[in-house]
Amino acid sequence: MTTDVIKETSHDDHQNDHHGDHKMTGIKRWLYTTNHKDIGTLYLWFSFIMLLTGGALAMVIRAELFQPGLQIVEPDFFNQLTTVHGLIMVFGAIMPAFTGFANWMLPMMVGAPDMALPRMNNWSFWILPFAFGILLSSFFMESGAPNFGWTFYAPLSTTYSNGSTAFFVFAVHIMGISSIMGAINIVVTIMNMRAPGMTYMKMPLFVWTFFITAYLLIAVMPVLAGVVTMVLTDTYFGTSFFNAAGGGDPVMFQHIFWFFGHPEVYIMILPAFGIVSTIIPAFSRKKLFGYSSMVYATSSIALLSFIVWAHHMFTTGMPLFGELFFMYCTMLIAVPTGVKVFNWVATMWRGSLSFETPMLFSIAFVILFTIGGFSGLMLAMTPVDFQYHDTYFVVAHFHYVLVTGSLFSLYAGAYYWLPKWTGNMYNDALSKWHFWCSLISVNLLFFPMHFLGLAGMPRRIPDYALQFADFNKWVSIGGFAFGLSQLIFLAVVIKCIRGGEKAPAKPWDGAAGLEWTVASPAPYHTFSTPPPQSDIDNADQHSH
Amino acid sequence: MTNKEYESYYVPSQSHWPIVGAIALFMIALGAAHYVTDLSKEQNGYGGYLLLAGIALVIYMLAGWFSDVINESLAGKYSHQMDNSFHQGMSWFIFSEVMFFAAFFGALLYLRVFSVPWLGGAGNNAETGAVLWPDFVAHWPLLTTPDGTTTSAMGWYGLPLINTVILITSSVTAHFAHDALIKNNRKPLKVWLGLTIVLGIIFMSLQILEYSHGYSEEMRLFLTSGVYGNSFYLLTGFHGMHVTLGCIMLIVMWFRILKGHFTPNNHFAFKAASWYWHFVDVVWVMLFVFVYIL
Repeated sequence: MTTDVIKETSHDDHQNDHHGDHKMTGIKRWLYTTNHKDIGTLYLWFSFIMLLTGGALAMVIRAELFQPGLQIVEPDFFNQLTTVHGLIMVFGAIMPAFTGFANWMLPMMVGAPDMALPRMNNWSFWILPFAFGILLSSFFMESGAPNFGWTFYAPLSTTYSNGSTAFFVFAVHIMGISSIMGAINIVVTIMNMRAPGMTYMKMPLFVWTFFITAYLLIAVMPVLAGVVTMVLTDTYFGTSFFNAAGGGDPVMFQHIFWFFGHPEVYIMILPAFGIVSTIIPAFSRKKLFGYSSMVYATSSIALLSFIVWAHHMFTTGMPLFGELFFMYCTMLIAVPTGVKVFNWVATMWRGSLSFETPMLFSIAFVILFTIGGFSGLMLAMTPVDFQYHDTYFVVAHFHYVLVTGSLFSLYAGAYYWLPKWTGNMYNDALSKWHFWCSLISVNLLFFPMHFLGLAGMPRRIPDYALQFADFNKWVSIGGFAFGLSQLIFLAVVIKCIRGGEKAPAKPWDGAAGLEWTVASPAPYHTFSTPPPQSDIDNADQHSH
Repeated sequence: MTNKEYESYYVPSQSHWPIVGAIALFMIALGAAHYVTDLSKEQNGYGGYLLLAGIALVIYMLAGWFSDVINESLAGKYSHQMDNSFHQGMSWFIFSEVMFFAAFFGALLYLRVFSVPWLGGAGNNAETGAVLWPDFVAHWPLLTTPDGTTTSAMGWYGLPLINTVILITSSVTAHFAHDALIKNNRKPLKVWLGLTIVLGIIFMSLQILEYSHGYSEEMRLFLTSGVYGNSFYLLTGFHGMHVTLGCIMLIVMWFRILKGHFTPNNHFAFKAASWYWHFVDVVWVMLFVFVYIL
């Protein structure tokens, strides 16, 4: 393996001379870059800044909810906080973070010199900060920020808009353009740039999950663009798409929105499956159990995601047939998801486990994501959803899948690949502090929300009945602790970039994948010539 | 396959065009947001100017970006694999456009099959109909809305039928142009492509004429006159924008052909423009059936 590394590095040096393009320095390097690693880094930093921004909004929300009554913010501003918190976390933190991983890892994992369309790659990133600039600037406008929930249901976003709808709509358009271009780049890179000899079923599962996610993005982001356009014309040009007086229907908004929105939640979790499916085998020192079934399960989840959208709308008065259809289809998703959880556990079964920080986050992911999945199954049952709808039970559910699911997988992946990205090992003790503080506080934060919801506390309210006071106090304490714990991660990353124990090309003895055949930190250009077949065969996740 | 057989993949060095494009999109979004907000408050602002400046900057960016790509292509830097990337990228872009229109066609379907009949009391909504708008009669096209706004429907014969013939013909001429390019018959290529562009422009002119009929006191088919007019303008409007974009693409191709660009084996840009043209044509046929005829 070591000789391979040396050979590869020398290849790259040679290729650099050949291309004649040298790394620019200063701000221009980042503004003009076409390098997938630079763009990946930009995406990852941007998403972390957005995570802290959205997190700061959540801190204000939890401070207001620390005790009953109105203490800190006005109800209308509270609505702006929950709305922008949701939008930032979904479109600003989780999605760009996964795109950052895709940029950094996909070309290396498939043995390609870069993403397929490098200039468009730069464009997809750099339009994002502008989009969020527009969205956040609305806080400082006369109208205030959007206050209609991240789901921007009509007529809240149309007839009763506070005047921020136009800024929201055009910001979302840019985010959508960014996602579509990023997704096209991912699909084309995977279809067209795989090293010779890497067949589809030899791709790491990580690559498969991003491939399928990118398809979902190309299919549903345009639908989001369509629905925000209709919201815009309803608000400003007098159309009646979502207004019954003109023949439209506000429920139609929900149908179109959730046709985007449900695949969207899988866009935020399928890549997490890919990351965890990379890390668990590495620290179990075994091949991934059931590689092919993982590919089929991921595809099934993606396909099913198109026919379950109305489970978000059980209480809108759909025809009974609709309620039943969407209930059963939703429950069907538990089957491929169960296959995945089974495979992760089976991979660990009789493995020689070790508990480095990436593995800790991955194991926490498997357990806590499964809790989120179970509460999802409860919500899928139409009659019980009538009670849970719009309560904190829903909030608990989607924070379990998005925070202890998506975000934990992102942390797992970040710790796993930080040595490859920076060339240094992260501070192990500090990273374990980050893990344990996050794990304890996140459960204190979100687990009591289940009980609050079951007891009837509605979501998106700045004040609540007295009987919810005790749980809310603990939830807020958990929230503050979780928020602070994320600063430990920032410290770990900065320390890791500035120095630390030098990382070898392959710091994890059980790891597989082409990215470990190049030096750490990864050279600026990798795989300008394709990797040898033997490396591809070694990286194969199939158990033979 | 050994490394010796491997064609190297061209990774461009730094480019300033994407960041120019990002600033342009920012100006467009911010300008448009201010523009519509000011419009609704009936006040004047700088939004419109910012929007126009952003559009100008996007055009400048596209011209610069594409001329870089064209020069790289003419310099022979692109491999067969690069050509595949472009082809696949364009196909997925068109697929995303299909999904964009699918959202609007879905809305039209929902309005016709569910929302309008339900407002008239269909399904389990008899009470809703009786209480909210007892006089409302559900029918499509929706010429009288529940709150009593009246309008009239656009017939399928006349201009729309002529336009259908024109656009389908233009798809055929675009195909003949492509065929001529593959056989390296440059003169028929120029003629067929020129004809396609002319047909596209005639189509757009007739669309404008049709809009001026609709947006008159006689027909009263306004954006404010209920979901029939809404879905009509939404679908035909976005289709019209895409035809305009396709037309611009074809015009650029025409000038590039005059400059002697494209060979029978290497003409991705032409293919992309022609794919796009066929795509807008298919969307129109769908529109003609679901918006006008049915």
